[in-house]
Amino acid sequence: MKTLVWVEHDNASVKDATLAAVTAAAQLGEVHLIVAGAGCAGVAEQAAKIAGVGKVHLADNAAYEHALAENVAPLIADLMGHHDAFVAPATSNGKNVAPRVAALLDVMQVSDILSVEGPRTFTRPTYAGNAIATVESSDAKLVITVRGTAFAKAETSGGSGTVEAVAGGADAGLSSFVGAEIAKSERPELTSAKVIVSGGRALKDGPTFEQIIFPLADKLGAAVGASRAAVDAGYVPNDYQVGQTGKIVAPEVYIAVGISGAIQHLAGMKDSKTIIAINKDEDAPIFQVADIGLVADLFNAVPELTGKL
Amino acid sequence: MKILVPVKRVIDYNVKPRVKADGTGVDLANVKMSMNPFDEIAVEEAIRLKEKGVATEIVAVSVGPAKAQETLRTALAMGADRAILVQTDDEVEPLGVAKILKGIADEEQPGLVVLGKQAIDDDSNQTGQMLAALMGRPQGTFASKVEVEGDSVSVTREVDGGLETVKLALPAIVTTDLRLNEPRYASLPNIMKAKSKPLATKSPADYGVDTAPRLKTLKVSEPPVRQAGIKVADVDALVAKLKELGVA
Repeated sequence: MKTLVWVEHDNASVKDATLAAVTAAAQLGEVHLIVAGAGCAGVAEQAAKIAGVGKVHLADNAAYEHALAENVAPLIADLMGHHDAFVAPATSNGKNVAPRVAALLDVMQVSDILSVEGPRTFTRPTYAGNAIATVESSDAKLVITVRGTAFAKAETSGGSGTVEAVAGGADAGLSSFVGAEIAKSERPELTSAKVIVSGGRALKDGPTFEQIIFPLADKLGAAVGASRAAVDAGYVPNDYQVGQTGKIVAPEVYIAVGISGAIQHLAGMKDSKTIIAINKDEDAPIFQVADIGLVADLFNAVPELTGKL
Repeated sequence: MKILVPVKRVIDYNVKPRVKADGTGVDLANVKMSMNPFDEIAVEEAIRLKEKGVATEIVAVSVGPAKAQETLRTALAMGADRAILVQTDDEVEPLGVAKILKGIADEEQPGLVVLGKQAIDDDSNQTGQMLAALMGRPQGTFASKVEVEGDSVSVTREVDGGLETVKLALPAIVTTDLRLNEPRYASLPNIMKAKSKPLATKSPADYGVDTAPRLKTLKVSEPPVRQAGIKVADVDALVAKLKELGVA
C-alpha cells in the first residue's frame, strides 16, 4: 500500500505531530509525504530525512501558504490518484483538511486512530474515549487522521527520501487568510512536552495561575496546560486547554494542580505515563487515575515544591 | 439570508456511556438523549445572526430516527423557524449525512450552514468539512467568532497554537467550537409555540442518497482502566518521587 502523509509545518520546520503519522503510515506500507506551503523547500529537505520516508511531494505555492482547505484538498485529492491512503495527524490542520479530501474522493474517513490492526482495520476513540471502536473500511482508498499520542515518533534522521516538486493549482478564490494570534512561548509545546504542569479552577485567577504554575513548570522544563474550567474562567488562553475538546497529551509526567478530574479533562491526559495530582480534596476523581497523589493546599504545596527542586 | 442548521440527537453529555457486554456498541436503551452540545451552539449562533438582522430564516435539519423530532423541536423552541427531519433508523455516517445535507442545501439555497464541529457520540469531526467539499464552498471550522460582512463571512478559528481568522465567500459552511457562545434555554412559551412550527419529514431516498455504511464496526470495548496509585505524605516525599522519575 502506498500512503501519502500530510506534513504539518509552519513553512520553516516539520512539526512533531507529523512523526506519529509517519509511524502509523509505515504500518500500512510505503510512506510518501506531501509538503504543501509557500517558501517551504527547507521543510521538504527536512522531511526527506525522516526515517523510512520515500518520495516527498513538494507543493510550493502562495495558495498553500496557510493550508487553506479549499486550496489544499484538491491538490491532495489529485495526488491520491497514485496513492492508496491519505494519512494526516489529528492536528487542527489535519482535522480541517482530511474530511474535505475524503469527501472529494467519496471516502468515509477514519478519524483519530489509536492503532493499526490490519490493512483496513483500525481502533479509534468514541464517546470522549469512553468506548474504543474497532472499525474496518470498505472504501477503495483510505483517509485517516492519527492521534499523535498513540504512536511513537518516527526518527527525524536516517531517511533518504527524494524531493519532487508538484505543480500546484490556482487559488480556489473561496477563502483567504486574514491573520493569526499564535501564542509565543519559551516553554515546550504541549503536545510534544515530556513534562506538563496543568492548573485548574482552584488557581483563582490569571495572575495567581501564573505565579503558582509557571515557576514550577520552568523549574521542570515543562509545558503549561490547563483544565477547561480554568480556560473558561479566563485564567489562560484556550490553546492551554487539555481535554476532550482541547489538546490530547501523553507526556512522561503530567502534574495536575488543583484539577478535580472531570471526564472531559481525563479524556485528554489519561494516557500520560505518570500522573501526579496535587489537590486538597482527597475525594477528587483525579486521585482515581493518579499514580502519585498529594493531598494538600496547592497554595502552600506548589511553592514549597518549586523551592525544593 | 437563510441559515441551515444541522443538529444531531446524541446521548446527553452528562451521561457516562456504557459499553454493551457483547461488545456491539454503547447501550442507548433508556438513556437520556439531547441535542449535541456543539449543535446547540450552532443553533444559538444562527438565532443571534437573525436577531442582528443578518439572517431572515433559520431551518433546522436532522438525520435520524423519528425521535430526532424532539431534537428539532428543541431547535424550534430556541428560535429556529422550521425543521426538516430526514428520517431513518439506520446509523448514517458523516459522509452520508453530508450528502443528504448537500441535497437539502441544493433545495434551500442557504447563505450559511452552521453546525457543530463534532458530535459527542462518534467524535468524527467530519460532516461540515465534507459538506463544504460536496458543495464546493469554503469552510470555517472550529469557530469561536463569526461575523457576516456583505457577501463574505469572517471566521475566527481555534487552532493548535491559538486563533486564526479567515474570510470566506458566501455561501459558506461554519463549524462551531465551544467558546463561540453560550446557548440560551428555551422558555416555556417558546416551547409551546415550537409545537406549531412546521416540521417536514423526508427520507434519504428523497435526496437520492445511499446511506449504506462504509465503515464496519467489528467491536466496541471499554478503554483500559488506570489504577489509582499511591498517596505521598508531604512535599519532600513528592520531590523524592520526581527525582526517581528523573524529571527533577
